[in-house]
Amino acid sequence: MLLEVRDLQVEFKTRDGVAKAVNGVNYSVDAGETLAVLGESGSGKSVTAQAVMGILDMPPGRIAGGEILFQGRDLLKLKEDERRKVRGSEMAMIFQDALSSLNPVLSVGDQLSEMFTVHRGMSRKEGRAKAVELMDRVRIPAAKERVGQYPHQFSGGMRQRIMIAMALALEPSLIIADEPTTALDVTVQAQVMDLLAELQRELNMGLILITHDLGVVADVADKIAVMYAGRIVEQAPVHDIYKAPAHPYTKGLLESIPRLDQKGRELYAIKGLPPNLMHIPPGCAFNPRCPMARDVCRSEVPPLFDVAPDRQSACFFWKETLDG
Amino acid sequence: MAELDKKDEAVDATPNVTDIVKVDASTTTEVEAILDAPVDRGEPILQVRNLVKHFPLTSGILFRRQVGAVKAVDGVSFDLYQGETLGIVGESGCGKSTVARLLMTLERATAGEVFYKGQDITKLSGRALKAVRRNIQMVFQDPYTSLNPRMTVGDIIGEPFEIHPEVAPKGDRRRKVQELLDVVGLNPEYINRYPHQFSGGQRQRIGIARGLALNPEIIICDEPVSALDVSVQAQVINLMEKLQNEFNLSYVFIAHDLSIVRHISDRVGVMYLGKMAEIGTDEQIYEHPTHPYTQALLSAVPVPDPDAREHRERIILTGDVPSPANPPSGCRFRTRCWKAEDRCSTEVPLLAIPERFQGLDSPVAHESACHFAEEKDVVGAA
Repeated sequence: MLLEVRDLQVEFKTRDGVAKAVNGVNYSVDAGETLAVLGESGSGKSVTAQAVMGILDMPPGRIAGGEILFQGRDLLKLKEDERRKVRGSEMAMIFQDALSSLNPVLSVGDQLSEMFTVHRGMSRKEGRAKAVELMDRVRIPAAKERVGQYPHQFSGGMRQRIMIAMALALEPSLIIADEPTTALDVTVQAQVMDLLAELQRELNMGLILITHDLGVVADVADKIAVMYAGRIVEQAPVHDIYKAPAHPYTKGLLESIPRLDQKGRELYAIKGLPPNLMHIPPGCAFNPRCPMARDVCRSEVPPLFDVAPDRQSACFFWKETLDG
Repeated sequence: MAELDKKDEAVDATPNVTDIVKVDASTTTEVEAILDAPVDRGEPILQVRNLVKHFPLTSGILFRRQVGAVKAVDGVSFDLYQGETLGIVGESGCGKSTVARLLMTLERATAGEVFYKGQDITKLSGRALKAVRRNIQMVFQDPYTSLNPRMTVGDIIGEPFEIHPEVAPKGDRRRKVQELLDVVGLNPEYINRYPHQFSGGQRQRIGIARGLALNPEIIICDEPVSALDVSVQAQVINLMEKLQNEFNLSYVFIAHDLSIVRHISDRVGVMYLGKMAEIGTDEQIYEHPTHPYTQALLSAVPVPDPDAREHRERIILTGDVPSPANPPSGCRFRTRCWKAEDRCSTEVPLLAIPERFQGLDSPVAHESACHFAEEKDVVGAA
């Protein structure tokens, strides 16, 4: 297994108390595999990724427990300088907003070649040549001429390609993409996702795709982890989950999105709001919004039940959910 | 104001829209009376004709000269019928939000007309314009920045009454605001709270309540649910549909999410670089698109069904949207179009029912601005 996150817990200290952003998350990715982490804002999907990457703001953040095994090593036990070697060369991250992730006063060529001069000890000239090569690889036209340009001179889709180029520069074995196409238009989104999938295949990388878009997930993922209030509520191979969700939250999500290929009647709406992370409801965090909630849901936290091989659901009534 | 460069611009023939019944009125009182008169369901309430908005590009500090113009909206025509929802979709920079601002008369049009009940609102001013603005309201995209953080919810929703006191007399306002809160599904007791005490979905409900305050006939919604989480999106969409039936509203629903637009709209217009590429009923546009841009756009939308991965055809466009300051000659989509021929670079395709489909009693026969319009099912609806 390339990456294994075990019982990860992350908290944030705030003025009003401790917010439990991640409450015991387990997931794993293999080389060449795509794991989609699906969730709404505040579900803890990005925080988990930041902890894996080691870019969590600490303080106010704190890793309260768990292990992050990357190629067998627990990243949480590494010293910062060892961690730094892993970051960038063995795992890399692509962020949502390329404009604010790129340095506006450095040319894209400088930013790309920095990867090689810092991590690989290349000269500036060699780095520059590598930068052009990378820009070609992510299909930026006229790479040679554009290598000296600044981020604002590129369109949104191009900037996201440069982010991808930067992440791929040192050929890492794991890529974490946090909402990589959310800021892009749909035709450009299709281009970028295509490119990402192709490069992943080529380099046999593991990919963690963090998103709230059920359509993008269906398009590229091998397996899905659905997060709610800092926990994984359902984990399954992609085909199973769309065919028959085993958790009422997943089911509600799937029913609440309008479909392009169907003209539906009224949309199903999950009632209420996602919980405040400072006051997560006792028992199952989803119980106040759940149409199936019973007494046990209000008092006991449901563990992950095995629904099928490779498939789990954190619902006491997963069988009923699956059947109806 | 930028001067219109008319030499190479053909104007849409717009056979898709009904004739305008212009109503002559000389005095302001007459105009106001016309604007207050109700429109029957299914009759056109808003008629947009060759609407143009160019933003001037200037250079020089002391002696500013105009060196060009961003052609944000460049000849758009459509009708909005009473009681319907017209969806407008397109990618960023296609001019859809500028259309919204023009319909709201927040921007002055460079050219073209917007007829509301037969009155050209681009030429109105003073009391008559005020009356128009009361009847056309807007719901904005971002519920975080469109509500003043220093005002209570009661003040925010009640503010329209300050400008239009005839709708609610002073003593009655608080009750009216509480009614509105109730209508959009918020607790009327929240009237003294501030926006930061609400979640994104609740804030958007506040924005909708403000839009409803003056009993408008038309609501322009500019990306009203894009900033919301999936589970909350459905709540707001359902609310908007409920309110439409309850108050007999007409919506112009602007969004980039094609699935949501299909869900809520009766008719849909697809915009590209300041022009309308295709317009028709939701069935015509989604199941029988004839414009290559619409086809590419629809095929790029990910469908939440992993089984569709293999057998769905994808049209991946190359390149980016050209700059609206310097759009391609002829058809604006030709630089990214796989069907483009010489003709496309010289002749602007007009928005009309393509000749070969004219007279056909089929969903293919709808307005499409392409020389080579051809049906193609890209959504896989069956």
